[in-house]
Amino acid sequence: MAFRARHLLGIEQLAPLEITTVLDLAERYVDLNRRTVKQSDVLAGMTQINLFFENSTRTQSSFELAGKRLGADVMNMAVANSSVKKGETLIDTALTLNAMHPDLLVVRHAASGAVNLLAQKVDCAVLNAGDGRHEHPTQALLDALTIRRSKGRVERLTIAICGDVAHSRVARSNLILLGKMGNNLRLIGPPTLMPPGFAELGAEVFDDMREGLKGADVVMMLRLQKERMDGGFIPSMREYYHRFGLDAEKLSHAKPDAIVMHPGPMNRGVEIDGELADDINHSVIQDQVEMGVAVRMACMDLLARNLRAERGRRIVETLV
Amino acid sequence: MTILFTDARLIDPEALTETQGSLLVAEDGSIAGPWTGKKPPKGATVIDCGGKCLAPGIVDWGVKIGEPGERHRESFRSAGLAAAAGGVTTIIARPDTLPAIDTPETLEFVTRRAAEASPVRIRHMAALTKGREGHEMTEIGFLLDAGAVAFTDVFSVSSDSKALGRALTYARSLGALIVGHPQDPGLSAGAATTSGKFASLRGLPAVSPMAERMGLERDLALVEMTGARYHADQITTARSLPALRRAREAGLDVTAGTSIHHLTLNELDVGDYRTFFKLTPPLRSEDDRQAVIAALAEGLIDVIASFHTPADEESKRLPFEEAAPGAVALETLLPAAMRLYHGGHLSLPQLFRAMALNPARRLGLPQGRLAEGAPADLVLFDPDAPFLMDRFRLRSKSKNTPFDGARMEGRVLATWVGGVEVFRAEG
Repeated sequence: MAFRARHLLGIEQLAPLEITTVLDLAERYVDLNRRTVKQSDVLAGMTQINLFFENSTRTQSSFELAGKRLGADVMNMAVANSSVKKGETLIDTALTLNAMHPDLLVVRHAASGAVNLLAQKVDCAVLNAGDGRHEHPTQALLDALTIRRSKGRVERLTIAICGDVAHSRVARSNLILLGKMGNNLRLIGPPTLMPPGFAELGAEVFDDMREGLKGADVVMMLRLQKERMDGGFIPSMREYYHRFGLDAEKLSHAKPDAIVMHPGPMNRGVEIDGELADDINHSVIQDQVEMGVAVRMACMDLLARNLRAERGRRIVETLV
Repeated sequence: MTILFTDARLIDPEALTETQGSLLVAEDGSIAGPWTGKKPPKGATVIDCGGKCLAPGIVDWGVKIGEPGERHRESFRSAGLAAAAGGVTTIIARPDTLPAIDTPETLEFVTRRAAEASPVRIRHMAALTKGREGHEMTEIGFLLDAGAVAFTDVFSVSSDSKALGRALTYARSLGALIVGHPQDPGLSAGAATTSGKFASLRGLPAVSPMAERMGLERDLALVEMTGARYHADQITTARSLPALRRAREAGLDVTAGTSIHHLTLNELDVGDYRTFFKLTPPLRSEDDRQAVIAALAEGLIDVIASFHTPADEESKRLPFEEAAPGAVALETLLPAAMRLYHGGHLSLPQLFRAMALNPARRLGLPQGRLAEGAPADLVLFDPDAPFLMDRFRLRSKSKNTPFDGARMEGRVLATWVGGVEVFRAEG
């Protein structure tokens, strides 16, 4: 099998073949999810804990649904209002949960690298559901699946990632994944929201939307992370929308059949025009949500297989 | 008791020479000079060095000890034992304690505690401003009388240039040495790494290396304005070097140091968010590391120090941006410095000039030399002995070393302070 990872911490650790493996399996789950009876039993008997240190409705429900459709027992830990507020450290929370023998741990945390740290301390498979400004691997995988289904491939495409790149883990994971698969990548945004060094990764950097969108097959908009702004990155929302918000006019510079993506939740009228977001000729934003559940099912399925194999090996070792 | 060290490879940082020979230590614990006689002087204890290196003990400028306030991280006793095992014979301690060493009374307390508990010499720097808050200067005169060797607010950089200018002007009248941490406080706020491709990929808050140059330029302008004696604690980036060179050429009374970690590690060593590599300032690019080594070899940078900063496990087992910065290094300073020697960057006398002679000279201490009359603070070491670093064998109370698990070369065999043996390696 072409998926070796024990945890899914980031796209950085995945080889192109592993990415393709996830996408292929996810296709099967897309079909399953469209049936009336959506039940599978690949995670039957396993326990999945969703540990969200940052509030999230969309990602958490997507993971919850994915786990339930695969037959896992799913528990949501609302950490934002629990012992963490009483001063418990991340490691202690991890050890406490570990003692309950979960099999899959889905974690979101506000600090970059926090999920990697946690993964070192537990025996189960850990899925990164977003850590700080670092990675959000399932988002990049679901974006790749959306692109592949819409464009027929996820290679040799011109893909523009636009907006608040600096504060975006989605941008990082996508940049790595789409780069690994051999696409022509562009980053567009105000220079204050463009982290240094990304040009060295092979992406072209633009601060003009029309120039950057020229001939693009895929336009990925990023959420303007208002809650993360210390302030002073952009002069105002309205100037941002004027220069970097995606509307029909700016999109006209991309290829006529270009697709528009957004990881959600959208700020309509800030980074994307509301009508454009709903335009079925371009927008695949709803598809992304659908692919999200399927990709997460595929990831958990693959990690569970590796977990079973590893535990099996351990049992054999104790017998020999 | 007189001691004769025979068959030693004598590392003389003053003359910048290495010679094979014998060294005599007088009864009063001072160096009597080389010994060329066939037989040892009467009554002398003979120590056969077996051809290994004998050098002046290290004067480690900028060590954090947890007394008062954080004794669970490091005490004078544990720091002293670690220093002895690392060939450090004089610790220049930092005033960033809880509370800060900003009054003669606190300074007298730590001086007394250090003398009781530590096998090696400990001298103290005092805070430059009250509570290290950067506004009101401390009682620089009284603190000098109580034995402060220099004045610094350590890593807390004042943005109040007027207050700093006044403190420098006042310090100048007393001839006090000011130690600055060159870092623009605004630009470096919240940073955990140096900005660049690595920090961007890891999604960590980062600071441009330019912040160091901005901080240095500001301090140097104040030095030019006030005529104060100034030492920059850590120069770690290539961009700071032209400013430093200009100040030297203009004849300002300015020296500079750097840290052993910035000389031997770079930003990529952080790898998968390893918090033991989180330092103040953050580790730099490989280009910066190379530039700083070259500046050291050239003599533009004068001092290498450990910036020993004990941190307990709890404060390091956190997400990278929340973890405490700093690394312990009293025991790893010498073996890490040997990387520069084995890499062909610096000779042993050059290294001991930066680790012993220069800091002692700048601080007005008699240590750091092998000359007659200097205190017999000595370290015997084997620069080639290989070992695997195991952090749990460190004598420091805190075990936060970035060299855990690293292959290192260079072992301290024994250490003397004033002619008295304070450490001898087992085996």
